[in-house]
Formats: sequence, structure tokens, C-alpha cells
Amino acid sequence: MKQWITGALCAAMMTAAPVVAEEVLTIGVRSEASSLDPHWTQLSADVQVHEHIFEKLVALDSASQPIPGLAVSWQALDDTTWEFKLREGVKWHDGEDFTADDVLFTFDRLKAGISGAPASPAFQLDKGGKVWTKVDDLTIHITTDGPYPTVAEDLAMLPILAEHAAKGAVESVDFNSGKATIGTGPFKYDTFTPGAGVTVVKNPDWWGGDVEWDKVVFRPVTQDASRLAALLNGDVDIIDYPPTVDLPQLQENPEFTVSTIPSDRLIYLMPGYKHVERFITDNDGNVMVPNPMRDWRVRKALSLAINREAIRDRIMGGASLPAKNIVPPGFFGYVEGLEADAYDPAVAQALLAEAGYADGFRLTLHGPNDRYINDGRILEAVAQMWTRVGITTEVDAMPRNIFFSRLIRGDELSMPGFDVPEFSMSLTGWGTVAGEATYTVSGTLETYNAATGGGNGNFGRYSNPEIDARSVLAKRTVDSEKRLALLQEAIRIGMDDYAYIPLHFQVNNWAMRAGLTHQPRTNERTLATEISRVD
Amino acid sequence: MTEYIIRRVLQALLVLMVMTLLVFFGVNVIGNPVYIFASSECDQACLTAIIKDLGLDQPIWRQYLTFVGNLIQGDMGKSFTHGVPALHLIFERLPATLELAFCALLMALVIGLPLGIYAGLKPQTWAAKLIMSFSTVAFSLPVFWIGIIMILTFSVQLGWMPSVGRGDTVALGRVHLSLFTLDGLHHLAMPAFTLSLIMMAMVIRLARAGMREVMFTDYIKFARASGVPERRILGVHALKNILIPIVTVLGMEFGGVIAFAVVVESIFSWPGVGKMLIDAIGVLDRPLIVAYLICVVFMFVTLNLLIDILYSLLDPRIRLGGGRA
Repeated sequence: MKQWITGALCAAMMTAAPVVAEEVLTIGVRSEASSLDPHWTQLSADVQVHEHIFEKLVALDSASQPIPGLAVSWQALDDTTWEFKLREGVKWHDGEDFTADDVLFTFDRLKAGISGAPASPAFQLDKGGKVWTKVDDLTIHITTDGPYPTVAEDLAMLPILAEHAAKGAVESVDFNSGKATIGTGPFKYDTFTPGAGVTVVKNPDWWGGDVEWDKVVFRPVTQDASRLAALLNGDVDIIDYPPTVDLPQLQENPEFTVSTIPSDRLIYLMPGYKHVERFITDNDGNVMVPNPMRDWRVRKALSLAINREAIRDRIMGGASLPAKNIVPPGFFGYVEGLEADAYDPAVAQALLAEAGYADGFRLTLHGPNDRYINDGRILEAVAQMWTRVGITTEVDAMPRNIFFSRLIRGDELSMPGFDVPEFSMSLTGWGTVAGEATYTVSGTLETYNAATGGGNGNFGRYSNPEIDARSVLAKRTVDSEKRLALLQEAIRIGMDDYAYIPLHFQVNNWAMRAGLTHQPRTNERTLATEISRVD
Repeated sequence: MTEYIIRRVLQALLVLMVMTLLVFFGVNVIGNPVYIFASSECDQACLTAIIKDLGLDQPIWRQYLTFVGNLIQGDMGKSFTHGVPALHLIFERLPATLELAFCALLMALVIGLPLGIYAGLKPQTWAAKLIMSFSTVAFSLPVFWIGIIMILTFSVQLGWMPSVGRGDTVALGRVHLSLFTLDGLHHLAMPAFTLSLIMMAMVIRLARAGMREVMFTDYIKFARASGVPERRILGVHALKNILIPIVTVLGMEFGGVIAFAVVVESIFSWPGVGKMLIDAIGVLDRPLIVAYLICVVFMFVTLNLLIDILYSLLDPRIRLGGGRA
């Protein structure tokens, strides 16, 4: 009823004087924002909403490379001091001026810790032992406890809050109600109804220029089929994660457009390197000593036995980029010429025979079935391909709430602080959110070291001193050319050794009604400022 | 009556305790939520700090005692995911689920009862056979499939209905309801109908069976013989008697519909509690799961009590608490 009345009113007004219709963009999202407190979570469903309201000192372009945000420039004064120059004339949504004090307040809030928040980005601030001081109203110095190159990348994860609005605010609650949700971004808080979505309205005074949309609605539609239906009948203008099976039809349909970009999320298979692995046995079911995964020829054979093109075309609807690199093209650390292994079962069998496993062995492949795009089906396909070259592979797929606990700390030898992973071969993903490979190398290729944080994603417990030396040095090398060389060497060594077996980068897709264009982002976020009308 | 209610409340408390114990230890066995939430860049020190902050480093029995202590003070804890008191989250979303379930129940009765009575009175007609086949279909097809087909037909092909979400709401105090706006009803129609199908099928079957039985009883024959008009025989004497099994079954079913309308809620993106529960289980958000289940237990106990009271109104021979005659 209300809509009809508004409609009638609009029509009446149109005849009287030309009125510009309100431009509303409705985005159908797979996951809803769980909190509007940008320090509460850094899950991408939340961050993409936060980014409309709040900004960071350092922003990321569509290929996740750092660009000026609330800071106009930054530079390393020496190995341990970084100077950030803040943008002049920026106003908060309520008209107050943005100053260095807001930045200090934000960092202090994070430093104090967001109690009860398991996914807070606060830890990004601790990395490198950062200490911040205000030099003047528009200059901030950040010192680290040693040479630390990725200060800017870390700050790109930390949204800046308004001191006058967020001081004393109750975590999460006061941000959901809008009381403390005062940012500097292109949109202002309008409404937040859990389960039904978030609405933001245009900030006419945004420093970044004119914003095309008067209002943006994020509407959560969890079910893939329902989200697609909502796009088809016009309830929403654009959706993220269109079901991959429907991509070909959407691409052919002139009423819809699909935007595509490789994501920063690498999907890979991680072998276990313990002397004895519980889920690797010979054909009679006996545990194998030594564990065959410790022979690089076996790992190479497993990689060659996978038909990545078939997975891309048959399972992913074309939406994957077969890979051997660990960060996608355009990222700092990408190695030119490192191409995905071609499918070659004959060579794979020859390698297995050479390693002494001509008769093959048995293996259980573990993985999640609700975390990555088509993960359950990928597991089955890989298992079939390996079985074909003689390694009888069983699949054990499970929901992520079980999978990750077992992956990280599943073994019976585990003790708090001394995690022993359980799986002998598992499918996981790693997103290089920062747009550069330092932490991808350190997290996945470096030897596990609870004290330094090295290898914190290395659940196979791969260990190679040649990589460690380069990775540890890279983390302390501020000079970006030297760091790049170290990272690329480390990646090349690791991938030549088949430390793990990269499968592909996921490819992000968005589907929208014809008449819209969208600049897709590597980091899977949907930003209204990157969507515009062309009709 | 009072004694009966007190006994019921005590039983409920016992059920609550057993349930919280089960959920607490169950969730703990599944895994550690921190591993799902924390960023892959969060290293061992960072993980340990979070685990400690959430109190998950304590032995499970101590975590449980802390929880019970807080519960007695009316604090069910803060959701890990949302950072908002769990109870607050539940009550924010409950109206949406309640209105969906209530409309579904209403549809089931308004449509199901007349159809069932008709099928019971004239079982041989083709219309009765059609009604019975409809009830079989409604019973056996998965709700998920029906929902998707309805969306494809009425939203995508015909364009009559909105496919997802809840319509405009009207605020009654702090409760937002979409029942009183046209847009709201428009959004409500498809999910409510989908949700009502199973209940409707059940009502049809029970009403038919009841009617077939009741119409041959002595008191109906006697009423007819003494010249009571047919309409009154059906509307009062027969109806009252077939309603008892229907009330029992619907009562139980209604609780289930409220608590676990998950499937319909996810297909139609209905912002209700069922969907929230599933999301909470997906990330092992223990405070939210426990708080929700406590509410569900409370609701079932209340519903059962209401049904018992309704019985005694429908059939004066039934006495609450097996009272001494």
C-alpha cells in the first residue's frame, strides 16, 4: 500500500516538476553481516558492508594492492619508523573533522582488545610490535620492534572509528543500532535488521567524489537457488556467488551480465609429513614407514595425476584458474612462468614406480564440504583421479565446523599450545587478503613455529631450511625489490619441491541485470562504489 | 490445576538442565569455534589469546558452572558471531518466525478442515478422492522442492510474487510485524503456504478419519432422530469430537514449525530464528545455540500445557492431572 501511495505521489510530482528518481541498488548477498562493529569481525561478509561506511588509512584497489585511503601517503623513514600523512579536510558523517586523534583512538581501542570477539582484526596491530605516536594533526608515526615491511598492508585491515562517536560505545550493540556507526566512507548507516539486511544511504560530502547510488540495500539470500531466483525476477539488482552450474546460461542470457576475476583464494591439497601418517597405508591396510609423502616424486606424481582443466570445466562451470603459483596474477610475489602442472597420468605412474610404489597405496583425503566453492565435488574428483594412477583414495568430507578443529588440532598427541594436525592429506584454501605474498609464504611454506608464528597454516608440517631462510629474511626486509626476489625464490623452491599441491584459484563471479557494470574485486567483496549504471 | 502446573514447571526445569548439559558437551566435542572464526594469519599466540578471552581454555565443567551461574542471573551470554546478547538476538527475530508459523497454522485449518470434513462426509465422490491425493502429495514432496518450484513459478515465470525476504513491517512497541501491511502479506503468502502444507495434509486426514468414525456413532444417530438440523449436528456435535486429535497433533506440530522452520526460512530468506540457529550451529556459536534451545524447551512446555487446557475445554470428561473423580 505504502509503495502504491509513494508511487502515486511520485507520479503526481513528476507531472508538476522534473524530479530525479532515487537511485537504489539492491545487492543479494550469500552471507549477511553479523555485526556493524568493524572491529568485531573481519569475515568478508561483514567487511564488505563496513567498507561502505568506514574507511582505513590504506585502501586496497581491485587487485588488493595498497592505495591511499584516509592516509594520502606513507613512507619508511628508516627500517623501523613509518610516517603516514593523513588526508586533509575529511569529515565524519556527522560533520565533525577527522584528525590524527581519531586514528590514535582507533588503535588504542584495538590494542585494548575487543572482548568476546573471535574474529577481530585486532591482531593485525600487534604484528611487528607496532607503536603509534601523533606528530601533528595530520601526521602519524608508527614504529616497529624490528624491520617490518608490511605496515601499510596491515593497516589496510583496520577501519578507523570516530573518537567522539565510538568512545565508550558498547561493542557491536551500539554499532548495530547506528549510535556509534559514524564513518568517513561513501555511505552512511541507515538501518540494520538482522536476517533482513543492511541499508546505507549516500554520503553527499564524501571526499572521494560523487556517489552514484542514493541508497544501497544488502539483502541476505543464503540459498543459491533462491538468490538466483531473486535476481531473475528483479527483486535484487546484483548477486554474489551465482551458482556455478548456472553460469553458462547467465552468460548467454542478454538480460543479465556476469563479472569475473580470479580471487586471492588458492585451493590446494596439503600432504602430511609426519614420519608415520595415520591415513596412509599400503594396499593391505598396514601403516607405511616411511610415509611415502616424504618422497617428492610421490607428491609430483599426485600433482600430475590431477586433471585441473576437467575440474574447471566439469565442476566449476569454468570458474577456476588452474595454478602452481600461490598468489594470483597481479599480486606482489606472483612468479611469472610458474604454470599449473599439465595432466599426465603416464608420467605420474612412472614417478610412483621410480619411488618404489608401483603397486600404489591407500590414502584418505579429508576436506570440508561447505567452505569453498564446490569443495565436496572437487574432493571426489581428485580421489577418482588418484585412484586411476594406483593410489586408492577414500574421501572423508565433513562440515567446516568439524573439519577445521581436526585439521589444526585433531591428533591425539595435541596439547594446548602444541598443536598436532590430524590429516594425512587435506583440501584447504588460503586467501592472500593483504595482496602480497609475505604472509602466504610464511604461513604455508615456513616450518611451523608457535613462538614466531611461522608456518601457522602449515598443517602438513612441511619443513625446508632453504625456504625458512628466505621467508624469515623477507619478513624483515623493508626494501620491496629485495623482498620480492626473496619471496619469489621461496615460492619457486617450495613449488618445485611440491611442498603442497596447488589446485586452482577460485574465480569470483557476480551476476547482475543488464544495464549495470561492475568492477570485480580479487578479495570477493561487493562494493557499491564499483557498480554503476550504463543504461 | 495449580498443583498440576507446578509439577509441569518442575519437569520443564529438569528437561532444561539435561538439554543444556547435552548441548554444552556436544558442541565442545564437535570442535573449537575459534578455528572457524580466526583469520588464517592469526598465529598461535593470537589463537591462544582469543581462546582465553572466550573462556574456552577452562575445563568444560567449569565453563558449564559459569554458564549456569550466569543463567540464574538471567544472562545467557553474548553470541560469538554477533557480539550481542543471545536472548536479544532471539527476540529480535522471533516475531518473524511466529507470524510465519501462525499464518501457516491458520491456512492449514481454514483450508484443511473444510476439505477434510467434506472428504469424510462424501468419501466416494471424485472431489474427495482429489482432496486425498492432494494430501498425499503435500505429505510426501520435500518442502525444499515445493518452495523452489513455487518461487520459479510465481516469482520468476509469472512475476506475481516477491521471491525473497519479508515485506514492510509495522512496529507494535518493539515488535515489528508484517501482518498488517499489504506488502507484508504479499511477501508472507508463499512461505506461509509452503510451511502449512504438511500441517494441512495432516488436518485433512485427521478430519476425514474423524468424520467417518463420528458420523456412525449413536449420539449422531440420536441427534438426527430427534430432529436436530444437519448443520448443527456437523458444526457442533461432530466437529467438537473430531477436533481433539487435531488439536493434539497440530499442537505438537506447531512447536516444531516454530522451532525448526529452517528449510522454509532459508529458501525464502525469511529473517526468522530457524535460519539463525542453523548459522549458529555452522560456526559453533555456543551461547546462541544454548539460549535458543532453552527458549525452544520453554516454548514446547508452554504449548503442551496450553493443549492440555484446551482439551479440558473441548471435552469436559478430561480432567487435568488425572484429578480424583
